Amino acid sequence: MTDTLTRPLTRNVHPDRRPTDLAAYEANGGYRSLRSNIGQRTPGECLQILKDSNLRGRGGAGFPTGLKWSFVPMDDGDAGPKYLICNADEMEPGTFKDRLLLECDPHQLIEGMILSAWTLQANIAYIFIRAEYHLATRLLREAIAACKERGYLGANILGSDFSLDMYVHVSAGRYICGEETALISSLEGKRANPRAKPPFPQVSGLWGRPTIVNNVETLCNVHHILEHGADWFQSLGQGEDAGTKLYGVSGRVKNPGCWELPIGTPIREILEEHAGGMEEGYALRGFLPGGGSTDFLTPEHLDLAMDYDTIGKAGSRMGTGTMIVLDDRTCPIGFILNLTQFFAQESCGFCTPCRDGLPWSAQVLQAIENGEGRAGDLDTLAYQIDYIGAIGNTHCALAPGAMEPVQSALKYFREDFEAHIERGACPYHGRGAL
Amino acid sequence: MDELIPVLSDSEIAAIDAEIAHVPYSAAVAIDALKIVQEHRGWVSDESLKAVARHLEMPAAELEGVATFYNLIFRRPVGERVILLCNSITCWIKGCETLQAAISDELKIGLGETTADNGYTLLPVTCLGACDRAPVMMVGEELHQDLTEAGVRSLLGGEQGDD
Repeated sequence: MTDTLTRPLTRNVHPDRRPTDLAAYEANGGYRSLRSNIGQRTPGECLQILKDSNLRGRGGAGFPTGLKWSFVPMDDGDAGPKYLICNADEMEPGTFKDRLLLECDPHQLIEGMILSAWTLQANIAYIFIRAEYHLATRLLREAIAACKERGYLGANILGSDFSLDMYVHVSAGRYICGEETALISSLEGKRANPRAKPPFPQVSGLWGRPTIVNNVETLCNVHHILEHGADWFQSLGQGEDAGTKLYGVSGRVKNPGCWELPIGTPIREILEEHAGGMEEGYALRGFLPGGGSTDFLTPEHLDLAMDYDTIGKAGSRMGTGTMIVLDDRTCPIGFILNLTQFFAQESCGFCTPCRDGLPWSAQVLQAIENGEGRAGDLDTLAYQIDYIGAIGNTHCALAPGAMEPVQSALKYFREDFEAHIERGACPYHGRGAL
Repeated sequence: MDELIPVLSDSEIAAIDAEIAHVPYSAAVAIDALKIVQEHRGWVSDESLKAVARHLEMPAAELEGVATFYNLIFRRPVGERVILLCNSITCWIKGCETLQAAISDELKIGLGETTADNGYTLLPVTCLGACDRAPVMMVGEELHQDLTEAGVRSLLGGEQGDD
């Protein structure tokens, strides 16, 4: 158990990860924010607090949440439905933060969603969850039923004129569903092809109606901000950004895990203090700061703050905030080959540079890894990075994201590529070992 | 072979109609309906798919496009328990290829195959969101973490009452 005011998101997370039920949630201040906001503050007042808080999307893009919501048409006399969707389709390689929030404290997400829906005046909410999260799905369904019984969900919440129905939609697989317009396509029962923007979902989303899609961690922050205020939220961060962040580390470190820390915590502190540093016999070569579609950083970046702008200026992205560590005994080419194969497989197939370009990249990398690389291969990779990686050449951000670890591997580990080609073999004997 | 029956059962229809109740048109529940049928029949045969398409009043070809897009809609029969072996980056670093070889050796099946006794089907899956406990896999609905080769062999061999 951690301090409520400095670690709001994990205050109900027990070391043994047992779920927090409604009684325990309420005993620790749960649904207090609901009572002090629904029918007490106007949606406009709530939105202003969120804007002032500087909350940014925790799904990877870091877009300011209040600004995103401000594009939803309000008070325009349109009586049709608006939708709030929680993106619980956690599938970015190396990312394991939303699972923690869903499995340990489902009511936190639901309270955040009710107040988000109140702010947006949305009367229908969906939680779009990946099929493999069976435990989280069961806990969310139980929590929603308990909330209905208690008057927190359904018609006239807490005696107000605000009503909200909440549904859990269990997905059927595919990484692309995490892209918000693809998620909307999937929720409509279609193939999960991303959609052209504009129109943006805020204006024309699910069933052509105004829709907001936000990540689990983003929505979990909302009721804390409305309860404790924008200034409190700002004070939680260590640098420019506001709030806390769930940071994670996986790979060959002593203590892989996920921790709620002030946003802007230095990378070194996360890697060395929380993750315990590298396993015996392994040295740090580099790391992807926030999931499989972010550029490598290297030991020279360890003293940077983990926040959106600092990591952006260093040439990568904070992404989901869950780092994947590359050690000195794992082949960097094998590493990015695994990722490129993942992205090639998960392409929705809609546009050519992604559908055909990513398998081509994977082929080139596979040849190099197999010791069959040729002198021109690095130029081919550079061409692919330019072409597939350029925003605007593809329909969505999947392929440009896929190119991020490839382009930065070429930049930082070029000698490894060259060694593979010159020796005609992988100097690391390929792969990860148990 | 009840999964080949080209009509939906009452309980399948009831479950699908409960989903239709809160969407604007019936085809919107295509994915839910396929999953409901798969839950009842283990997989989605051509006959099942056509029955669902009729019930949702949509073209079977369009529903097939949806069914084949999603990796967890099974258009071929699977065993009683599906093994979803994570092959994404952290599990790869931690040796999922060794685990795959051990599973294949233990069960005598490759990826996409089902054991002769219909007990298991082995499928690769994308990152399962448990990278701090890698390597991981799911057997049915259960997540198994911090896997070792010996652990996987005893889990699968032991449960099967090996030969």
